[in-house]
Amino acid sequence: MNMLLSILVDGVSYGMILFIISIGLSITMGLMRVVNMAHGGFAMLGGFMAAAIMAWAGTRFEAALAAASVAVALISVPIERLLVRQVYGRHVLDQALLSIGLIYIIVAGANLLFGASITTLQIPHYLTGWVAIGNHTIPKYRLFVTVAGLIIVALLWVAIERTSFGVRIRAAVDNSAIAQTVGINTSQLYAIAFAVGAALAALGGIIGAQIMPMESTYALKYLVLMLAVVTVGGMGTVTGTFAAALLLGLANTAAIYLVPSMASVAFYIAMFLVLTLRPQGLFGRSL
Amino acid sequence: MAAVGLENATAAARPQRPAIPFLPEVMLAALGIGAFFAFPNDLAFLARILITGLFVLSLSLVLGQAGIPTLGHSASMGTGAYAAGLFAIHVSQDPLAGLLAGGLAGGVIAVVTGALLLRTAHLTFVMLTIAVAQILYEIANQAAWLTGGDNGLSGISVDPILGVFGFDLYSRTSYLYALAVLMVSYFILRTIVDSPFGLTSRGIHSDPERMRALGCNTYRHLLIVFTIGGLFAGLAGALSAQVAQVVGLASLSFGTSGDALVMLIVGGSARLPGALVGTVVFMIVEHVAATVNPYHWLFIIGGLLIVTVLVLPGGLISVVDWVSARMPWRTFGRGARHG
Repeated sequence: MNMLLSILVDGVSYGMILFIISIGLSITMGLMRVVNMAHGGFAMLGGFMAAAIMAWAGTRFEAALAAASVAVALISVPIERLLVRQVYGRHVLDQALLSIGLIYIIVAGANLLFGASITTLQIPHYLTGWVAIGNHTIPKYRLFVTVAGLIIVALLWVAIERTSFGVRIRAAVDNSAIAQTVGINTSQLYAIAFAVGAALAALGGIIGAQIMPMESTYALKYLVLMLAVVTVGGMGTVTGTFAAALLLGLANTAAIYLVPSMASVAFYIAMFLVLTLRPQGLFGRSL
Repeated sequence: MAAVGLENATAAARPQRPAIPFLPEVMLAALGIGAFFAFPNDLAFLARILITGLFVLSLSLVLGQAGIPTLGHSASMGTGAYAAGLFAIHVSQDPLAGLLAGGLAGGVIAVVTGALLLRTAHLTFVMLTIAVAQILYEIANQAAWLTGGDNGLSGISVDPILGVFGFDLYSRTSYLYALAVLMVSYFILRTIVDSPFGLTSRGIHSDPERMRALGCNTYRHLLIVFTIGGLFAGLAGALSAQVAQVVGLASLSFGTSGDALVMLIVGGSARLPGALVGTVVFMIVEHVAATVNPYHWLFIIGGLLIVTVLVLPGGLISVVDWVSARMPWRTFGRGARHG
């Protein structure tokens, strides 16, 4: 019973982090049909920037979190305008290679500035320790991550399903050519969606740093993980990405607890099974 | 990329036989033997370049010609390497039989996984190829009783080639052996690429819908290409197992597939020689840069990738083509357009 609860708590909070980091990737893939492998780089930039702000400016965790997320969103705008935009509509391979080139540069840059070892991000005191729920205690940090994930999924759902901005996003995902002819400024939409996705990745990178530690190879190390979440969920869907992140997070965590030596195999087998049975992903529309 | 494919297709429709038969292979041999005498102290490294070159060539067939976007090509190479290593330890130490075993193993892995994976497309296919390679990697890691796990499969020793040429400390035999295998493989791959079969592959790459409308069974065709590619990747793996006398887990890793892809794209994927140009440039620059600082090397390779995709989609080989087309003796190399 205790182990089951541990698997549940760790798996769900891990899934939430995966979701926050990957959702921007899913949206940009659904919207621009562009494979941005460097998306994890935004999470990494966020984490390192927050650590740097806290160390050099001596601000609190919350301020660094907000500042770093906004900064990453701003950095992402010229990256989209100058680089990623060049490969819209090109072969998936060109997009992948351009963004892999970007990853290499980000990794080399992070190594130059922060070194090859893990950079720790100090979480505030009130998030350490345990909280009692009924007869069980669970780590406050895991609870915080889970609540943050739920808030973000709720906000995204409202933004996409209930606002006029969301209507335009959904129209562009369905058919960008027709969306353009009815007067939707898709170019502006792309830039906003890209920047919001980057900011969310930074947010996920920062609050998830206790689970996925900040190191200079971060963007490469978790690349396959993020792509797996997006393809398993079906690109462009918030619910799909959410379900896939929880599924893969739980599968991986359960394997770590039950058969530690097979943990990474379990992850890939789960992905393999879903994708061979449903190539378009759990919630994706047929390709 | 589509434009390049089309240009190739029209060129192949009017076959231009080389003025000299085996011209590309002869040039390869001349360069290879030249390097043999020019750098007698670096033969082990040069042999590694040749083996990687064969691996990237096999990827060029699969990805450059047929447009199959695999990021798990190391699955075939690693399987071939382990198969050849185990073959030498448990069955026979004959090097050529070992090569055959490795090639077959690589081909079998490709045909089995390809049959399932090629029913999907786009990013799903890419992710599934990564998953296959990672699952094989973990199997090799866990089955330490068979593969040596983390420590690698060691204790591989092979007999002299054809019973005459023994392997020596200075890698002279290994180098010439790798060169010979590369030349024969190049000839076979070039023949495939120049044939109607190769033309069909480029057709599927340019426009799969239209090829289906023309009555082509694209699934079966791609599966055959994928299998041939796996076979040659397995051959490269077997070669590396025999030459290095050890097989590490790295031969199955994601990094091996990724590096090969980078070499292919930087060199140029539309034509076979691009694979070799890319391999040579990548490995020499890496060799030099990595001794300075392995992370700074990533700046170079990242920049190289971005520049290639944005400015030079045809890769380095397109520069060679551009220059040679403006040379007075340009008719000389013409017949070798695909090869």
